[in-house]
Amino acid sequence: MKIVVLMKQVPDTYGERRLDTQTGRVDRGSSEAIVDEISERALEVALRYKDSHKGTHVTVLTMGPASANAALRKGLSMGADAAIHVLDDALVGADMGQTAAVLAAALPRNEYDLVIAGNESTDGRGGAVPAMLAEHLNLPHLSFLDSVELSVGEVSGERVSEYGSLDVRAPLPAVVSITERAAEARFPNFKGIMTAKRKPLSVVSLAELGLGPAEALAGARSVVLCASARPARAAGTKIVDEGNAGEQLAEFLAANRLI
Amino acid sequence: MSNVLALIETSAAGEIRSTAASLLAAAARLGTPVAVVAAAPGSAAGLAEQLGSLGAAQVYLAESDQVGRLLATPQVEALAAAAAELEPAAILTVNSVEGRDVAGRLAVRLRAGLITDAVDLRPSDTGWVAVHSVFGGAYTVESTIEGGPAVITVRPGAVEDRAPAQAATLTTVPLGTSASAAAVIDGIRDTVATSSRPELRGAEKVVSGGRGLGSKENFVLVEQLADSLGAAVGASRAAVDAGYVPQTFQVGQTGTSVSPQLYIALGISGAIQHRAGMQTSKTIVAINKDPDSPIFDIADFGVVGDVFAVVPQLVKAIEARAS
Repeated sequence: MKIVVLMKQVPDTYGERRLDTQTGRVDRGSSEAIVDEISERALEVALRYKDSHKGTHVTVLTMGPASANAALRKGLSMGADAAIHVLDDALVGADMGQTAAVLAAALPRNEYDLVIAGNESTDGRGGAVPAMLAEHLNLPHLSFLDSVELSVGEVSGERVSEYGSLDVRAPLPAVVSITERAAEARFPNFKGIMTAKRKPLSVVSLAELGLGPAEALAGARSVVLCASARPARAAGTKIVDEGNAGEQLAEFLAANRLI
Repeated sequence: MSNVLALIETSAAGEIRSTAASLLAAAARLGTPVAVVAAAPGSAAGLAEQLGSLGAAQVYLAESDQVGRLLATPQVEALAAAAAELEPAAILTVNSVEGRDVAGRLAVRLRAGLITDAVDLRPSDTGWVAVHSVFGGAYTVESTIEGGPAVITVRPGAVEDRAPAQAATLTTVPLGTSASAAAVIDGIRDTVATSSRPELRGAEKVVSGGRGLGSKENFVLVEQLADSLGAAVGASRAAVDAGYVPQTFQVGQTGTSVSPQLYIALGISGAIQHRAGMQTSKTIVAINKDPDSPIFDIADFGVVGDVFAVVPQLVKAIEARAS
């Protein structure tokens, strides 16, 4: 089984995240860049299968700036076998459509059985790239899986939506996306970190993928018109309970017509 | 005026989901709203009247026996067929799990641009503008699509006005058997509402509990306050991870984003992870024993105290006022 896991580097959700209000893009310099937690969970799904099935080969794939190399290194130290980094200045500010087109071109042709991604990144939260990628590749996709069962020739799982859940399956090759319920990611161990340095990490440009900037970025695209920071919330009244805080709070709610 | 397509979500039994009215109102902002429905043949009687009353000028009913059997594909093909016939200015779906799947595949198929999770839409001199709330409401971003057709997913319930009712025309089109690759649906379990409490998403009032509740048994305190207010129940990720409540209760960056009139946080420290899912609430109240909890930085009314003392007194005071 050959599995490709999509990884994304994002600003840490536990830190202050900023948007560049000139461009509407993530201000990558303002907060620590980490591997999106959901990407690590997607990789964990692949590694669990690899743990119990010898001969499974896992590749981690990302598109991003030079710093995204760290996300791939972490994936390799967790246990992935190889990494591909699509790096090209023409991709700065790429939207979901362009991202999906480039990732589709970067997948090693006919050399994968399954693509696993997180259901949505914590920065963009679009949640559409896996489906878009599947459409480019003319493959079935199973998205937002809470659980994943993988066997030779088929992937299945439970897909949870706002309204309930579905049991779904598809023949391989296929594209799946997983939720944070699917797997708890492992930590890289010392051996993993040491061997990661010897694993292949290839950096490819658009030209090497056979895509000119014109082709990769052609067609309809989303354009940011303006971006602004919302005024920060100010703290209001803060009291220390001296035995009647519940009553004071009820009065506050009543004064604001909330009860 | 150009047509604007709105994909109507339906239950497994073919009933229209509650997201339809808001999505048709969003479509009406940009043009003539056309409701597109994928349904099993003969299962969708009375649809034109129902969707007309929610503002659809036309109902495009695509019938296929693959509805409910293949994941997303029948809906993609229904929209693709409607788009070929009606040349819409934009195609809208709900920013739900299924709506995003459909929007993603459709955008690639039509070579259209994709915008997700719009919280508002309005016409502009050059076309239209979609408004987004980014990083948990910390930023507002406006965007549009250039150079081709547009597919937009709209946050459920974000558009609050309603399009005027009208008499909708009905067009019924059979969809052929799809040749494209699709996942198979083996079983469908619609969640049956097991409680009389409001749903978290879209609730007017929310009471959430965190790690400070201390145990699954103690979480009943959150429910008692929620019931006295007629509020939905939520939880921080820490409370979910500790097993107090199921993951469907989670409010935050990962989980449900809420924007109610009143949000009460009990025993929640207010990590950025949590704040990203609730900081756009109109009024925020926090009760926590740690005076340095970051939740107090954004609370309109903060109580430094023991939730097990303050909340029962609050519930009593609310009940006294009600009677």
